[in-house]
Amino acid sequence: MSGFTQSHLGHSARSARRALAPSPWTKAAFIVLALAFLALFLFLPLAAVFSEALRKGWGTFVSSFNDTDALHAIKLTLLVAGIAVPLNTVFGLCASWAIAKHDFPGKNFLLTLIDLPFAISPVISGLIYVLLFGAHGWLGPWLAEHDIQIIFAVPGIILATVFVTFPFVARELIPAMQAQGNDEELAALTLGASGWQAFRRVTLPNVRWALFYGVVLCNARAMGEFGAVSVVSGHIRGETNTMPLQVEILYNEYNFVAAFAMAALLALLALATLAAKSLIEWRVASQLRADERQPDNTPLHKLAKL
Amino acid sequence: MSIQANNISKHFGATCALNDVSLKVKKGHLTALVGPSGSGKTTLLRILAGLENPDPGGGELLFHGEDVSGLPVQKRRVGMVFQHYALFRHLTVEQNIGFGLSVRDRSERPSRKAIRDKARELLSLVQLEGLGSRLPQQLSGGQRQRVALARALAIEPRILLLDEPFGALDAKVRKDLRRWLRQFHEEVRLTTVFVTHDQEEALELADEVVVMSNASVAQVGTPQEVFDRPSSPFVIEFMGNVNRLESGYWPRESDADASSPQPHLHPDTDGIHSREVKPRDPLYVRPHDIEIRPADEDGTLPARVLHIFSAGSVGRVTLERIRTHEILEAEVSRSELDELNIGAGDAVGIRFRHIRLFARNAEGQQEIVEKEKTAVRFTEE
Repeated sequence: MSGFTQSHLGHSARSARRALAPSPWTKAAFIVLALAFLALFLFLPLAAVFSEALRKGWGTFVSSFNDTDALHAIKLTLLVAGIAVPLNTVFGLCASWAIAKHDFPGKNFLLTLIDLPFAISPVISGLIYVLLFGAHGWLGPWLAEHDIQIIFAVPGIILATVFVTFPFVARELIPAMQAQGNDEELAALTLGASGWQAFRRVTLPNVRWALFYGVVLCNARAMGEFGAVSVVSGHIRGETNTMPLQVEILYNEYNFVAAFAMAALLALLALATLAAKSLIEWRVASQLRADERQPDNTPLHKLAKL
Repeated sequence: MSIQANNISKHFGATCALNDVSLKVKKGHLTALVGPSGSGKTTLLRILAGLENPDPGGGELLFHGEDVSGLPVQKRRVGMVFQHYALFRHLTVEQNIGFGLSVRDRSERPSRKAIRDKARELLSLVQLEGLGSRLPQQLSGGQRQRVALARALAIEPRILLLDEPFGALDAKVRKDLRRWLRQFHEEVRLTTVFVTHDQEEALELADEVVVMSNASVAQVGTPQEVFDRPSSPFVIEFMGNVNRLESGYWPRESDADASSPQPHLHPDTDGIHSREVKPRDPLYVRPHDIEIRPADEDGTLPARVLHIFSAGSVGRVTLERIRTHEILEAEVSRSELDELNIGAGDAVGIRFRHIRLFARNAEGQQEIVEKEKTAVRFTEE
């Protein structure tokens, strides 16, 4: 009887799946459409960047970086990311810890504030800093008096980048920390851990993959940011040009090979980011699989069972 | 280590979670805090642990006479086992158990080897030898529970607190683990308080039961006391199955209407005066105190059988009183059930071996009155 029921159920599940499945032609059409879209809008432009960069051969491609302005742009980009990413990692950790693990008045307002850089155009983010620190801005006269240059200088670029890339770490960490709950931290406290020990030894290790993911995304955006940086940099060659700005200048000067070579370097960075992201997702997924694996059948388990 | 809590109150905003609660836990005892959800039992446990602070100005908390109200959770040396265990998921079982020792100040911290040895010793105490290198996710629910217990014991706590220790386990494991925990307690003799909403668990496991209701303590006593002499209608209804007879009773003196279907009470033999009990106060009869007899037997109330559940160690019979249409649940032994030879729809006679009701004393507090069946007369008889 039960055998019959089971085979009957199995049969009906199979037929249901068959009934829901589209015809082979529809399926093929969907796949072709999706692939064509990907090729046209994603793969083709990427291929174009590399083919343009290598149009005059490998030698020209490499030598285009052998230029003081180009090298300076790369160095500046690395410097900006090197400062903005650690800052945002610390800010992001603080903000997400406060939001996910505590209740306080104004919590929702803080959440909205964190999303602000996502919501407004990067150009406007840049303009805010010009308005604040520019020669005619609110703090401009005071800064000029003390001989501090922010706009059209490296500090301005860093500030704009920090602002634009702020949400990435926090946005990844908040859901991860919320999903984790408070119990493990409370357990750590009852075992004698200080608040800092509970954070460092329990909270942080539990969100390490989300943190890493957030940092990778934050870094990609910090290196690639154009709008906000463009407004505050002033485009001074060899001084305030980051890689994306350098690409624009070279392109406007019809120096296509150099422009695309720089662009190819940025694209490589994007690909590396994607690879890192996939690696993390793969790691997390395999960890989840390991978690779900029921150990009930191992001999050791049987021995230890009540 | 004994625990004494005096006049503890706790409000969350406008809601009162604990209202002037006092509690004494004897050294080495296993005490159950039992009550429906929202009765304040978990809040009380968390206050004992130091995870919540009682309302300022009210109450004190003593461990073995020492005031610990001001001590932060880290300094209380309280072993806490959380409902969902709260094991550190990124650490192995051994690292979990050693955590409490490894976060100590350098001057008090044992060596790595000493911590590992201690963890192994505790693992064998909770009968999980050889699982030290597993991650918590690789353990079954019952095993996780015991790792959480070992982790709490590692800091050599003064008291042990367990929040719904069996809540997340399936019925079979639950039963085994309950027995194991009782045995374990006999061995370590650590003052232990556990929270449960399962009255059966509390009665079976604890030395002393604290019944909580509505942010206060309803009754404290041994399982026997709480079950046999419940202090209020709430306790009798919460602790174990009971039939509630809403039809009330009339004192015999005022028994003017002989045709009334109500049970009658002898005020003289009961020691309570008719004005102290309201005629409509309900009567309580435990299922095992209902005797099923053949219909029309002398001194029985007429009833009809609705259902018989005999798939268990005792037979459970659902009955309907003919006169009042009250539904009653009776428990009889399987052999008795076989002897009676009854089926659904049959007419039977029922007799109550033991009836309880609650009367107000001179101070207006409710007191239990227990009666042999003979003290309560039903006009139907």
